[in-house]
Amino acid sequence: MTSSALTEPQRYLEAQIRWRPVEIAFWLATLLPFVLAPNYLVLASQIAITALFALSLDLILGYAGIVSLGHAAYFGFGSYTAGLIAKWGWGEPVTGLLMAAAAAGVLGYVSSFIIARFRHLALIMITLGFGLLLAEAANSASWLTGGADGLQGVRMWKLFDVFAFDLYGTTAYSYSLAVLFLAFLVARRLIGSPFGLALRGIRENAVRMPAIGAPARAHIRIAAVMAGLAGALLAQTTETVSLETLSFARSADVLVILILGGAGRLYGGLVGAIIYMVARDQFSGINPQYWYFWIGTLLILVVLFLPNGVLGGMARLMRFARSRA
Amino acid sequence: MTMPALATRGLDKRFGSLVVAKDIELTLPPGERYALIGPNGAGKTTLINLITGMLKPDKGRIFLGENEITALEPDARVKCGLVRTFQINTLFPHLSALEAVTLAVCERQGYAGSWWRELPAYGDAVEEAYAILVSLRLAGSCYRPTRELAYGQQRLLEIALALATKPKVLLLDEPAAGVPQGESAELFSVISDLSRDIAVLFIEHDMNVVFRFAHRIIVMVGGRILVEGTPQDIAAHHRVRDVYLGGGRHG
Repeated sequence: MTSSALTEPQRYLEAQIRWRPVEIAFWLATLLPFVLAPNYLVLASQIAITALFALSLDLILGYAGIVSLGHAAYFGFGSYTAGLIAKWGWGEPVTGLLMAAAAAGVLGYVSSFIIARFRHLALIMITLGFGLLLAEAANSASWLTGGADGLQGVRMWKLFDVFAFDLYGTTAYSYSLAVLFLAFLVARRLIGSPFGLALRGIRENAVRMPAIGAPARAHIRIAAVMAGLAGALLAQTTETVSLETLSFARSADVLVILILGGAGRLYGGLVGAIIYMVARDQFSGINPQYWYFWIGTLLILVVLFLPNGVLGGMARLMRFARSRA
Repeated sequence: MTMPALATRGLDKRFGSLVVAKDIELTLPPGERYALIGPNGAGKTTLINLITGMLKPDKGRIFLGENEITALEPDARVKCGLVRTFQINTLFPHLSALEAVTLAVCERQGYAGSWWRELPAYGDAVEEAYAILVSLRLAGSCYRPTRELAYGQQRLLEIALALATKPKVLLLDEPAAGVPQGESAELFSVISDLSRDIAVLFIEHDMNVVFRFAHRIIVMVGGRILVEGTPQDIAAHHRVRDVYLGGGRHG
């Protein structure tokens, strides 16, 4: 579409969703680890997976304002699905990934009918309880999931029959990054769509929405698909699934990551994941026993001084610089 | 007799022992402008909440045109053409005025669930939203976030959001609340210029405005309709003078 054919209001809306140079720079920079830190590709792959998970939470928390403490349920569900598919003899990564994402989507679809009825504290408790239920179910069904020992015997085939998942993480990172990028494109498109606008409407004022004719929608589904994708990626790239993928700690971590980076911004989860994972890697190297102390310090500092996350702080800095110039 | 745009039959609502609506019989003909007045606590906003479905009545029925809407959810009533505004601004602070009205238009046209094409592609919805903003003299500020708009503009945006749903019946809960007196007449001139296809019921405390813009006036006291009539009837009504115009209300 050419912008000359658009009316002024359309041009304004188009400017809202236009790709900015800094975004292109960001995605180019995601390729740097291949060159600069080839020994850290495994970590980079974990970051990409966490970023995808955080992105999925951002869609419901940052955009629709739904606070969830059980988001790991979809992540873990996708993870176990992908792991089991591979264990049972179908090790093809891409179709396994899609099946796991679909399974998480089904879980999201089912749970959305309950979740859409609650708000605020009740919602937090419902999602928390839902997450705990699923984690405990996986724990007790050890014949299926391997219980506390984790799911063993996951063997992935070569990606596209060419690239094996090696110990260095080259394939793992390329694969995770590609999926993250594609999911990001979908999320970006969604946020710019009427549906995305409706999501923001819910966040901005849930009372007004029915008064303009908006029905209560179950927004969690697409986020569940994305969280399932992330979980499946983890299972496929590490060739194991542990109960930790369903744990409360994982739900809490991703919330922290999103707040760190800045909720309600598409890049918030991505930037948060990079900061959090790198900080965790570094802190645990410096101080293996007490590294959570430093994570806690970091979190308090960010919330005190950058209430809208790192990205919110940067946006404020940019505005300040522009007003001075 | 033509079919009323909106009618209620025997609406009752109580909170515990507090009666907030008792046997409310209201008939709003198409295209008319009715004012709903009464002292604070008379149940005016409660009545709007009952009609729009934000509260469930204990008893009684509500009709929009020939359809009974008593059992419908608030959003379904909006789809049928019954919409309200709020006494306290109930807007989308971080959306621009254009985005907010476009959202309401998209909801009406059924686009709001679609997520694959981006907003500028829905040119007709965007144009319609912009036209509404132009008609309410908001075009100049429609790209700014709602929270940065002047208070009077936010009151107009309340109405713009309601108009975007293409209502047959518009319920305005103190549209000029908090607006300085000089500007409230201007706001009401916008309301009286609205299409005559829309029936309007508005709550307002400023009697000058009420007598100037309302075709008929409904007086509520203590959860009941005390009297209904033309502005002349109401001005002459001794009980209205006693409970409302004469005293009781200060400020």
